[in-house]
Amino acid sequence: MFLALSRIIKYGFKNFLRNGWLSTATIAVMFLALFVLQSLIIFNVVATTAITSVQNKIDISVYFKSNVTEDEILNLKKSLEGLNEVKKVEYVSQDQALAEFQARHQENSAVSQAISELETNPLLASLNIKANNPKEYAAIADYLNNQTLSPIIEKVSYAQNQVVIDRLISIVDTAKNGGIILSIIAAIIAVLVAFNTIRLAIYSNRDTIGIMRVVGASNNFIRGPYIVEGVLYGILAGVLSFAVVVPLITYASPYVANFIPDMNLQTYFASNFLRLLGYQLIFGIILGVFSSFIAVRRYLQV
Amino acid sequence: MITFQNVTKTYNKHSTALENVTFKINPKEFVSIVGRSGAGKSTIVKLVVGEEKPNGGRIFFDSLEVNKLKYSQLPQYRRQIGTIFQDFRLLTGKTVFENIAFALEVEGRPQKEINKFVPEILELVGLKEKINSFPYELSGGEKQRVAIARAMINRPEVLVADEPTGNLDPFNTWEIIKLLMKINEMGSIVILATHNKEIINTLSRRVITLDKGKVIRDEEHGRFILTN
Repeated sequence: MFLALSRIIKYGFKNFLRNGWLSTATIAVMFLALFVLQSLIIFNVVATTAITSVQNKIDISVYFKSNVTEDEILNLKKSLEGLNEVKKVEYVSQDQALAEFQARHQENSAVSQAISELETNPLLASLNIKANNPKEYAAIADYLNNQTLSPIIEKVSYAQNQVVIDRLISIVDTAKNGGIILSIIAAIIAVLVAFNTIRLAIYSNRDTIGIMRVVGASNNFIRGPYIVEGVLYGILAGVLSFAVVVPLITYASPYVANFIPDMNLQTYFASNFLRLLGYQLIFGIILGVFSSFIAVRRYLQV
Repeated sequence: MITFQNVTKTYNKHSTALENVTFKINPKEFVSIVGRSGAGKSTIVKLVVGEEKPNGGRIFFDSLEVNKLKYSQLPQYRRQIGTIFQDFRLLTGKTVFENIAFALEVEGRPQKEINKFVPEILELVGLKEKINSFPYELSGGEKQRVAIARAMINRPEVLVADEPTGNLDPFNTWEIIKLLMKINEMGSIVILATHNKEIINTLSRRVITLDKGKVIRDEEHGRFILTN
């Protein structure tokens, strides 16, 4: 048993080295396939981060009339927090609003001067509401526009931002669905191309497989070396594609950060290094072994 | 000992490769099977090796019923039979040494034995200096001698040769026939399918003559006679 296994491994390596060109070509194609798969993984991470960061920017604010007490506002806050759709409610008091306003305009002396000349605080207290799902802002806005609340509410920002919010929602949806469909298509193409390349490589060995059967080799003894070759293809292609991705990530990271400030590709990559490398190797090995197995099976019929 | 009992083989409705073929080959016999192309010689070889199954009749190897062997039992069975083909059928990606060693490796024989036996057998077929060559570096005669070395290395009870000299010049043809006779002298049954008249007439051994899938003659010291 052990003897057979060691012979299988020995011949796997020997065949791999002897068919240098065939091995190189197969690895090149598998490299492309794995590279595409890896790019898809990273693309999806970037896209998800981008979508989340866009979603986090959407919120609606409720401004209260200046005569409304803080207790009333906090009551409403509590009932809002009880809603399923609501993720977070943030209370901004009149004083806070003023402080923020001043901080934002401290460079502009005209504005700060005008503010200090006023005796009362012109700004209104508000609640900033974030929804779990951007599609739910409409429902939350409806809730706030209720008749019973109208005496205390000055305005709800949703009405003015509705168009922008709706458009963002549709962009986010399209990006999500498009990303998934594109990923699936690209992954299928990559896998099929790699599978067929290995099949062709083994097709050129179909006579050899038949001869081995006639000489009395068991199927495992025939199949073994091809599977070892498949593993080698997978490992080498995986390492290769990883080696190409590392400098690409380093190069692209600052550009990505320009678009999506929340996304630090390099950090993401560094903290998921082993996982990503593992994916590559596992994908590669599964692809290599599976393709070899299927391809050899066809010629074992003798 | 090999026995064919009323063996019939058809590949499709229109052609009958073998029809009701019966013969028995005793231990240590040297039997030639002759006939025109398409008479069924290769079919007999394929049936013996288990590459094809008969549509009717039974084939025995000693007491083992070959036509009833399962796919998974074939490797074990084939290790008892050496096979030689017109087109040599060497493993192109392996050296001469590895080609011959393969027949021992499939049986799980230890490396020590392999390292000892393979050079010995190469010496016997006169190819010791080619031990590390690849098949594409060999001439036709040399390839066939490697194939014979592979077929006989595990001392099979039966050696089946399907037109082994079909691709060879007269000189190499005789070298191969001499080797087959040597193997026969060492105790193996040799089944030689051929349409080479000269070989048959010189050998003066048992000849089974096939015509259109039927045995038309089976003689102890046969000659090559094909009449219509």
